[in-house]
Amino acid sequence: MIDTTIKKVLLLGSGALKIGEAGEFDYSGSQALKAMREEGIETILINPNIATVQTSEGIADKIYFLPVTPFFVEAVIKKEQPQGILLAFGGQTALNCGVALYREGILEKYNLKVLGTPVQAIMDTEDRELFVKRLDEINVKSIKSHAVSNIEDALAAASELGYPVILRAAYALGGLGSGFCDNPDELIKLGEKAFSYSPQVLVEKSLKGWKEIEYEVVRDRYDNCITVCNMENFDPLGIHTGESIVVAPSQTLTNHEYNLLRELSIRIVRHVGIVGECNVQFAFDPNSEDYRVIEVNARLSRSSALASKATGYPLAFVAAKLGLGYGLFELKNSITKTTPAFFEPALDYVVCKIPRWDLSKFHGVSREIGSSMKSVGEVMAIGRTFEEALQKGLRMIGQGAHGFTGNKEIPIENIDKALREPTDNRIFVISKALTHGYTPEKIHELTKIDRWFIDKLMNIINTAAELSALSSLEELGEPLLRQAKRQGFSDFQIGRHILKDRIDTDEMVIKVREYRKKLGVLPVVKQIDTLAAEFPAQTNYLYLTYNGTASDIVYEHDGKSIVVLGSGAYRIGSSVEFDWCSVNALQTIRKSGWRGIMINYNPETVSTDYDMCDRLYFDELTYERVLDICDLEEPHGVIISMGGQIPNNLATRLDAAKVPILGTTADSIDNAEDRNRFSAMLDRLGIDQPRWRELTSMNDIHSFIRDVGFPVLVRPSYVLSGAAMNVCSNDTELEQFLKLAAEVSKKHPVVVSEFIQHAKEIEFDAVADHGTVIAYAISEHIEFAGVHSGDATIQFPPQKLYVETARRIKKIARKIAEALKISGPFNIQFLAKENDIKVIECNLRASRSFPFVSKVLKINLIELATKVMTGEKVTPPEKSAFDLDYVGVKASQFSFSRLQKADPVLGVDMASTGEVGCIGDDTNEAVLKAMLSVGYTVPGKNILVSSGDAKQKVELLGACRLLAKHNYSIFATGGSYKFLVDNGVPATLVYWPSETGEPQALEMLHERKIDLVVNIPKNLTKEELDNGYRIRRAAVDFNIPIITNTRLASAFITAFCNMPLDNIQIKSWDEYR
Amino acid sequence: MPIFSNFAFLDMKEALLHLGKDFAVKGFSFGYEGRADGEVVFNTAMVGYPESLTDPSYSGQILCVTYPLVGNYGVPEEKTADGISVNFESERIHVRGLIISDYSFKYSHWSAVKSLDQWLKEYRIPGIFGVDTREITKILREQGSMPGCIVPEGFEVPETLYDPGSENQVAIVSCKEVIRYGNPAGKKVVLLDCGVKNNILRCLLRSGDIEVIRVPWDYDFNTMEYDGLFISNGPGNPEYCGEAVRNIQKAMAAEKPIFGICMGNQLLAKAGGASTFKLKYGHRSHNQPVRLVGTERCYVTSQNHGYAVDGDTLGADWEPLFVNMNDGTNEGLRHKSGRFFSVQFHPEASSGPTDTEFLFDKFIKML
Repeated sequence: MIDTTIKKVLLLGSGALKIGEAGEFDYSGSQALKAMREEGIETILINPNIATVQTSEGIADKIYFLPVTPFFVEAVIKKEQPQGILLAFGGQTALNCGVALYREGILEKYNLKVLGTPVQAIMDTEDRELFVKRLDEINVKSIKSHAVSNIEDALAAASELGYPVILRAAYALGGLGSGFCDNPDELIKLGEKAFSYSPQVLVEKSLKGWKEIEYEVVRDRYDNCITVCNMENFDPLGIHTGESIVVAPSQTLTNHEYNLLRELSIRIVRHVGIVGECNVQFAFDPNSEDYRVIEVNARLSRSSALASKATGYPLAFVAAKLGLGYGLFELKNSITKTTPAFFEPALDYVVCKIPRWDLSKFHGVSREIGSSMKSVGEVMAIGRTFEEALQKGLRMIGQGAHGFTGNKEIPIENIDKALREPTDNRIFVISKALTHGYTPEKIHELTKIDRWFIDKLMNIINTAAELSALSSLEELGEPLLRQAKRQGFSDFQIGRHILKDRIDTDEMVIKVREYRKKLGVLPVVKQIDTLAAEFPAQTNYLYLTYNGTASDIVYEHDGKSIVVLGSGAYRIGSSVEFDWCSVNALQTIRKSGWRGIMINYNPETVSTDYDMCDRLYFDELTYERVLDICDLEEPHGVIISMGGQIPNNLATRLDAAKVPILGTTADSIDNAEDRNRFSAMLDRLGIDQPRWRELTSMNDIHSFIRDVGFPVLVRPSYVLSGAAMNVCSNDTELEQFLKLAAEVSKKHPVVVSEFIQHAKEIEFDAVADHGTVIAYAISEHIEFAGVHSGDATIQFPPQKLYVETARRIKKIARKIAEALKISGPFNIQFLAKENDIKVIECNLRASRSFPFVSKVLKINLIELATKVMTGEKVTPPEKSAFDLDYVGVKASQFSFSRLQKADPVLGVDMASTGEVGCIGDDTNEAVLKAMLSVGYTVPGKNILVSSGDAKQKVELLGACRLLAKHNYSIFATGGSYKFLVDNGVPATLVYWPSETGEPQALEMLHERKIDLVVNIPKNLTKEELDNGYRIRRAAVDFNIPIITNTRLASAFITAFCNMPLDNIQIKSWDEYR
Repeated sequence: MPIFSNFAFLDMKEALLHLGKDFAVKGFSFGYEGRADGEVVFNTAMVGYPESLTDPSYSGQILCVTYPLVGNYGVPEEKTADGISVNFESERIHVRGLIISDYSFKYSHWSAVKSLDQWLKEYRIPGIFGVDTREITKILREQGSMPGCIVPEGFEVPETLYDPGSENQVAIVSCKEVIRYGNPAGKKVVLLDCGVKNNILRCLLRSGDIEVIRVPWDYDFNTMEYDGLFISNGPGNPEYCGEAVRNIQKAMAAEKPIFGICMGNQLLAKAGGASTFKLKYGHRSHNQPVRLVGTERCYVTSQNHGYAVDGDTLGADWEPLFVNMNDGTNEGLRHKSGRFFSVQFHPEASSGPTDTEFLFDKFIKML
C-alpha cells in the first residue's frame, strides 16, 4: 500500500558540518536516498556540503550545491516539480527549513507531500508549550516551569512540583539569581534575591543527578511501533547528551524501568503521530521510578545514527521506506535478510560513545561542559565488557590517551572541584581521583555518575595496579594478561605499567605483542547481527574482543582483501572529506574485484555503513589493532592514504611490521613528514621554502629572527594550553607566546619559520603513478597566507593566478612527485608572491580538498589514486578536462555561537568545523552561494566596519566604495571612519566600547541595527578581551554575520553588490559542463 | 595506590561448562559452588535476570544469557503483597544453573538488597562466568538445546546428565493445593497452574474485581463454580499434561471463556485436537515479532518456550490468532465461537515488552 503517486522526491541535506550537526546526516541522507532509489523514485538532493558521500555520483539523481534555505529550496521545487519532500534526514537545518516552507504555504502551493512524519507533528515537538500540552493529554510527565511573581506563588509551585526545585530569574542574563532550593526556607531566601533581579521567577523541579536515558522509536503508518535501541548517559542530567559518554543498551535499569520508559516512548510517538523515526529523551530518578520527558526529536538525529551503528538496524533507511507508506512488517531486517524489520535488536555486546572536543583550538572558550554542546565529533567503541569498550573508546578519541590508565598525568589543582565541575577532561580526572585513593562512593557523590560505572572504572585501576606491581614482562602470567586484555588494556598500556618508561615506546609495544602471542592471548572477531546469534546471519559487521574464545568469521586466506584505514573521530581539521575519500577508495577496490575491508570507528560516517564494504571492522585504528586485523585478513595490501593523518602516521611502523602498504612507500611518507629530511630534499631539488630552524634556546631564536625578520611562525613542541602555533609580529608577542610553551630546550625544541605576508596560498591536489603526475587540481585561497588552509575560502579553478605561477607550481610538483616516487594521492601547499614560489607543506595522502576539486573537476581523483595503488592501468585524463567554464568556491563553516566566549578570529590554527562547496558561472556567483550556504545573509542596510591596520584599510577601500554606491550605510570606528571619509566614502562614526560617545558600536549590535560586521583585527596574537573582541563576540552572540578577513570581506561584498539574489542560477551539478 | 582486588579473575575458582558430549569451556565459578546439570537454553534478553531466574518455565534448565553484562542492578528484596511476591515471578529460583559472560561483582540500584552472587548462593544455584556466551548460543542454535553441566574445580563431571524431558516439569512447579487471591465477591477465574508467573496473577487481579482460584495442574476444576478459565505458562513437554488436557476439554464443553498463555496455548491446542512439537532451540527473548493474523498489526513480545503448536493440525473450529514473523510458527489460536483463545508469547511480560498486556483486558471483558 505504498504511495505510487510519488515519482520524484526532494531531500534536504544539513549543509556544512557544525557543532551539533555533523556527519551523521551524511549517513542518514545517503541511506534515505538509497531507499528511494531502490523504489525507482527519482531523487533530488539539496546540500551545499560538497565533501559528503551523499553529494557523490550515483547516490541522488540530481544534486544542487545550494543553501538549504526556503528561498533556494523553493526555487529548486519550482524547477524540479517533485511530488514528495523528505525533511527528517538533514538535521535541524532541514527540519527548520521544512517548517518554514510549510508555514509560508510553499509546500501547498507546489502540492508537495511531506513523506513521513507530518509537519504538524514536527511543530508539536518543537514548540515547548505545545509539546507539554500534548504530553499532558496522555498523562506523560514533562519538565514544566511555573512562572510566578511573588514568594507565595513560588512556594505553592514548589510544593506542587516537589523539592528540590530550581529558581530562575526570568530575563536575567548569566543565571543571576538562579539556584537550587531543597526546602521552603531555602526557597524564601533565594526567592527574595531572585525577585530583586526580575519581576518574574521560574520555578522548576530540580532533576540534578537524575539519569538521562534515550529511546529510538520507529512507527509505521499502521501504528506498529518498535524501540530499536535505548541508551544511557554515563554523565548525569545537566550534561548535554552530545557531551556525555553514552552506553547502549542501558546498564543500570531493571527490566521494569526499561520497559516503563519503553512503553512511555511508544505512547508518545503514537500520540504525536510520528511516521518514521523519532528519539525520546528522559530524565530518570536514580532513587525511584519517577521520570520526566526532556524532549522528542521528530527526525533522524545524532543519537539515531549512533543507534543504527550500535545495533546494525538501519534506522534512516527504514524511516525513508516508512515515509513511502510501507509497514514495518513488509520490510526485511537488512542483516539477516530473512527476518522482518519489525523487531527490536538484541545486543550481545556493549557500546560506548565518547565525545571528542577540540577546545584548545579556540581562544577564550571555557572548558567546562554542561547543557550546551561543544564537542566536534565522537567515537563508538564495541566490547563485551564495559571496561573493554570504554578503554577502546578513550584511545579512539585520538587525543593521546592510551586508555583509562597509563596516560601522561594531568595537572589538577583541586580534584574535588574538578570532579564537581566537569570539563572535557572529566574521565581523566576520575582516573586520577581513583588512583589517588578516592573511593567510588566519594566520586559518585561529587559527580553523580552512577556507582555502577565508577565501580567498573575501579576494576581498571585495580588491574593497572596489579600490572604495575610487576617489574618485568616475564613475571606477567597468562591469567593477569587475559584479565587486562578483557578489560581493554592495550599492549602499550600493559607495557607502560610493567616496564614504566624504561624502554622506547615503539619497541615496548612490539615486545608486549610478541609475549602476548607467545602465551596465545589473542582477540576474537565477533559479528553484530541484531539478534544476539539467535539466527544465522551472513553479516560483515565486525568487532574484535578479548571476551570470547571463538571467532564468527572463517577467513579465505586468498590474498584478495584490501584494507582501507578510515579517518577516525571527526575533529577540527579532519572530517567528512576523509570519509568521502575512504568510501570512494572502497568502491573502486570492490569494482576492480578485490574484497574491500574497512577499519573505522566513527558512528557519524558512511564508511562505517556495513553496506559499503565486504567487511567492516568497527574498531581501533591503532598499530596494535590494525596488526591484529592484518594477521587475520592476510590482505593483499593496506591503503593508508585516504583517512587523513591517523593512518598516515602509522606508515613507518606498519611497514616495519611487514604490512604491505599500497601506493607511496613508508620511507617516502617519512621523507615528507620529517621536517629535516624534507627540507634537505627540497634543497637538493632546488625548490624554495620559507626559511625555518629548529631552535633550542631563546638566544638562537632571537638571532634567527634577526636574520629573517618579524613576523615569524612559532611552533613549540609542547604547549600547556591554547593554540599549538602562532604568528608573532614583535618581541612582546614572541615572549608572551613562548611563556605558554612549557620550556624551550634540547628535548623540547621550537620551530621558528619565516612568515611571508601578503602572499597567495595555493593548493596542489594530485595523483601520481610511480612518480609521474597523472591528474592534478590547482586551487587558490581567497585569503592571503596566514589563514589556515582549513579555514580559508578556496576557489577552483584559480581565477587570479598568473599563468607563469601555475606553470612553476606544476613543475615543482612534478619534481617532488618524482623524487618521492609518489604512487597515489598527494597534496602540496605553496606560497606565491609575484612569481616567487615556496613550498610550505607536502602530504603524501589525500587532502581535505580532494572531494571538492574532484567534484568540481568531475574527475574522481580518489578513484584514479586507488587504481594506481591497486596496480591497475590508468589512463591520465585528457588535458582539456582541466579547462572549466565555471568556478567552484569552498567556504568554511564556523561554530563560534556554540562556543561561548571564543574569539571568532582566524589564524594559523584551524577553527572551522565544516565547509561547503558551491559552483557558479563566475567567482561572484560561486562566492555568494557558498557564503549564503555557511549562514551569511545579504545584508539589509547597515554595515559596521573596523578595518585594521593601514594596509588592510587600503585593501578594503574598494569594497566600501561599492557598498556606498549600492546605498548601504557604513558605520565605522575611529580610524576606519577617518580613512573612509578622507577617501570620499560616506560613513557614520561609531564608538568602541572603551570610548565614550554615541552611537556605541556595541549598542547598535545589541539592538540588531547592524546587518553585517566587518572587523579586521590589527594583529594576529592579541588575546586579551579588547575592543575588537567585544564587537566580534557580540556579533556572534546576536547572530549577526561577521567577517574578520579583508580579502574575504571584499570578495563577499563584491559578490552581493554585483549579483542580486534573483540572478543566481538554480543549476544542478550535472548542468555545469 | 590502593591494591585490593575486587574483581580479579585470579582469585576466582575455575569452573568448566560441559555442553553435550564434545564441548567444554573454562570459566569461573560464582554463586553456589557446586555442580549443576540440565538442559542448556539461551535467552537474548538484555534485562530481567531476577524475573527470568524465578520463572517456573525454566524448571530443569540451565540458562545461558547472551547479553554479556549481568548482575548490574543486583537483586531486589523478597517481599510479598496479597500473597504474591512483589519483585519475582515465583517464590524461588527455578533455573538449575546460570551461564554468563561478564559478572558485575558490584551492583548499583536503589531497589537492590543483595548481589546476584549472594542470591544464587542462597538458593544453591551454581553459576559460571567468563565464558563465551555467544559461541555457546551458536552451538545451541546449530545443534539444538542440549544437556550440559557446570562443574567447579574440584568436582567430578557427572556420568549422566539430568534430562528435564524425563519427567513432568509441570508437576514439579505447579501449586499443590487450591489457593485463592483477590476479591471473593468478584468474577471467578480458575487459574490452571502449570507453573504460573506472578505477573499473570498481577495482571488478572489488577482491576480489583476478580477472584483468582489457582488450582494444581491436574486438578479437576469443572466441579467448581467459575466464570472463566485461565491456563498458565509452564515448563517442559506438554505431552505430560494429559490430565490437564482432559479437564480443559470438559471446560470447553461448558463454553466458558478460556484464555491460555505459553504452555496454556499448547494445552488448549491439544484439547482442541492439534499437536505440538519441540523447536530446535526454542524462542527465548524479548524481541519476538508476532502478527495478528489477517491484520497489519504487529507486536513485539516476550517469549520463553521450547515447544510449539503445529498450526497445520488445528481443527476446523480453530484458527491461528498470531503468527511468529521470524520463523512462521504458531503464536496463538482462537476458537471460532470466540470463547477460547490463547497465545504462545507472554502478554504479562516481566520480563520483556508490555505491548500485548491488553489481552488480559480482553479476557476479563469476556467473563
